[in-house]
Amino acid sequence: MPLYHDDDQAMLADTAGQFMAEEGAIAKQLRHWRDIGCKDGFGHGLWKQFGEMGFAGMLVSEEDGGLGMGHVEAGIVLEEIGRNLTPSPFLISSVMAATALGKGSADLRGRWLPGLVTGDSVFAVAVDEGIKHNPQNIATRAERSGNGFRLSGAKTFVVQGASADMVVVAARTSGADDDDAGVTLFAVPKDAAGMTQDPVRLVDSSIATHMKLDGVELDGDAVIGEVDGGREVLNAMLNAGRVGAAAEAVGVARGSMDMTVDYLKQRKQFGRLIGEFQALQHRAAHLYSEVEIARAAVIKAQQLLDAGSDKAELMVSVAKAKAGQAAGLAVREGVQMHGGIGMTDEYDIGLFMKRDRALAEFLGDANYHANRVAVLSGY
Amino acid sequence: MADLEDFRAETRAWLEANCPPEMREPVKDEEDVYWGGRNASFKSDAQKAWFEACVAKGYTVPSWPKEYGGAGLAPAEAKVLREEMARINARSPLHSFGIWMLGPALLKFGTEQQKLHFLNQIARGEIRWCQGYSEPGSGSDLVSLQTYGADEGDHWVVNGQKIWTSYADKCDWIFCLVRTDKENKYQGITFMLFDMETPGVTTKPIKLISGNSPFCETFFDDVKVPKSYGEGIPGQVGEVNRGWDVAKYLLGHEREMISGAGNADRLTTIGAAMTRQGGEIDPVLRAQLALFDVDALAYTAMGEKFLDEIKVGKAHPAQPNMMKYAGTELNKRRHELMMAAGGSRALEWDSEETRGGTPARSWLRTKANSIEGGTSEVMLNVIAKRILDLPGA
Ligand SMILES: Cc1cc2nc3c(=O)[nH]c(=O)nc-3n(C[C@H](O)[C@H](O)[C@H](O)COP(=O)(O)OP(=O)(O)OC[C@H]3O[C@@H](n4cnc5c(N)ncnc54)[C@H](O)[C@@H]3O)c2cc1C
Repeated sequence: MPLYHDDDQAMLADTAGQFMAEEGAIAKQLRHWRDIGCKDGFGHGLWKQFGEMGFAGMLVSEEDGGLGMGHVEAGIVLEEIGRNLTPSPFLISSVMAATALGKGSADLRGRWLPGLVTGDSVFAVAVDEGIKHNPQNIATRAERSGNGFRLSGAKTFVVQGASADMVVVAARTSGADDDDAGVTLFAVPKDAAGMTQDPVRLVDSSIATHMKLDGVELDGDAVIGEVDGGREVLNAMLNAGRVGAAAEAVGVARGSMDMTVDYLKQRKQFGRLIGEFQALQHRAAHLYSEVEIARAAVIKAQQLLDAGSDKAELMVSVAKAKAGQAAGLAVREGVQMHGGIGMTDEYDIGLFMKRDRALAEFLGDANYHANRVAVLSGY
Repeated sequence: MADLEDFRAETRAWLEANCPPEMREPVKDEEDVYWGGRNASFKSDAQKAWFEACVAKGYTVPSWPKEYGGAGLAPAEAKVLREEMARINARSPLHSFGIWMLGPALLKFGTEQQKLHFLNQIARGEIRWCQGYSEPGSGSDLVSLQTYGADEGDHWVVNGQKIWTSYADKCDWIFCLVRTDKENKYQGITFMLFDMETPGVTTKPIKLISGNSPFCETFFDDVKVPKSYGEGIPGQVGEVNRGWDVAKYLLGHEREMISGAGNADRLTTIGAAMTRQGGEIDPVLRAQLALFDVDALAYTAMGEKFLDEIKVGKAHPAQPNMMKYAGTELNKRRHELMMAAGGSRALEWDSEETRGGTPARSWLRTKANSIEGGTSEVMLNVIAKRILDLPGA
């Protein structure tokens, strides 16, 4: 398969690009919700539009009412989300939760997916328990109780947790905290007794929660996939989220780079456009090259994931690490090359820096994934 | 798609039958490959057999049309061949500036007779070409070149000096940039082709920091270059005085070649190799190796994407400059890390264990990657100007 978008995908990119630039624009969404102190950090109206556009259910199978598309397509939407800093439940609900639910029972799928497809429901995922991503370690316990389970533990960095109708929770049904086996995923409805969430606003104006599970009682049919065999579903969900976050990061990088290159063509100092200075030209050209390479890595990872290749795991980590580094470079160079105006809240470039920071941390930063590349490569 | 899978199966079987095991071993150095030419000799029977099988099949230049010695493969087929060769680590059967540089320029700018004549020679490895671009006073600022060809009716008389001419002392013919109009900087250069045995051509090897002498100073002293090599075969490519267009086009292909796009997936992971050899890896080095592998694997994907896009005209025309910049900087970093991984063993300059100082010599050789074919700084200038459209670049 060639490593570029085919005609259908190019059309999707046009549609999604236009939609995000208009409906998902920074002034209309990110700044608006931030400035009114919205408790969700995104707009439900826009999310409904995601449903109408077919985006919300694009990874849901056709038999469950979705479009049955793949990670390449989801990545196209995410790249446009990144370019426009559009806040939405797409990455976590439509990419991560949908991937997990897709491996669940017909009952579970029937209960949750229709609302996702229409953009009515929002989901969250609760995996991490410490301040750094470490999904190997799952200490949250799920004990058998009657014909169901009782969940106890604490989760952090549950993005959009307080807005979610359902939270996918990774818990341990057996074994030691860092065992591969013994993990089970649960679909926990928002009103489950004993689940409390403490929302915090993050640097990028998204809202995440610290979650407590205090003897949360669930029926057996809340289990996604197999009891004790949840690691596989968890990995699929994480890899979908990682490659998705990488695609969004590439969008952030491109948005930031475009803005910066435009600025180099407008701002004059010393009687010249600052873009005439070779010192800046070379940095901009280096940035271009890093962003192009990151984008190639991300598309490769998406294709491998869609093809079910055994190389996907490695390439997903390459993509997450590389996209994180390229986007980090793009936002740092962006702020620096804007000079003082780059430090102002009024100017958008700083918003790219903030979103990049949150995305970089989400589901493992570049260090985490570089380490994973080393391990998967045999050292 | 089904056809492509058939082609893959056929190709796999053909490679199995024709690519000898020795030709699936990594290349040791630039001397360990077959360059063709009048004075060429094969290093081994395996090298000979592999080369001849490829020539017969058109696989020295798989994408070139059949009438010019290629196999006429479509882009998707060429990709399959590349993948299948990479899968078994098959070596390239023929290294050649004719294939990488002159060929593409001829395909684009040559006359039909020129193509039939020169391209077939290149495909069969009969003539080894060198590149006469750089001069002592004209490196990055190539267009300032001074070597002059005086018009003498049916021939030019060329005088001047080139430098850094790779393998000039081993090559049969040269493609050479010669000024034919002193008044006109850009439209006063002609892209000439001539035999290195022509009287008045002399070469003097230059020794590199790696200890090897792969390139030369090349002197032209009243060299008579014919304006025609027969019916429809002019002595220059493109029009007289319009050689700069040809030169630039060729540089795009040269940069693509130096970028290593499409080869990267054959490279081994340094960290994994160290672990296999049972060595302890210092944690700080391991971190550097891991970050390098991220960049290397990402660049491999970029190479694949670039080659896919270029085949269908989707790549930005200046993208080879980006590939060259990124690919060569990455390769230099790889060799820095290989030296760090190799420790004091890697310092040995001519020991048997290091096959004559391969690690150190290769490391030094890679420093030229970001100079030859246009420096990294020049690549960044071109990206700034042609891709980012920055002012005054
Ligand atoms: C191994 C090797 C093989 C080669 N083979 C051939 C060959 O076969 N045929 C051939 O014709 N040539 C060949 N070359 C020559 C090569 O193309 C030149 O060395 C190259 O173009 C640089 O020119 P220069 O050496 O004169 O350096 P210079 O142009 O003098 O550059 C010196 C430094 O100044 C920087 N610089 C120059 N201009 C600018 C600018 N505008 N902005 C910013 N920085 C700038 C350069 O980047 C470099 O760092 C080869 C070189 C090497 C190392």
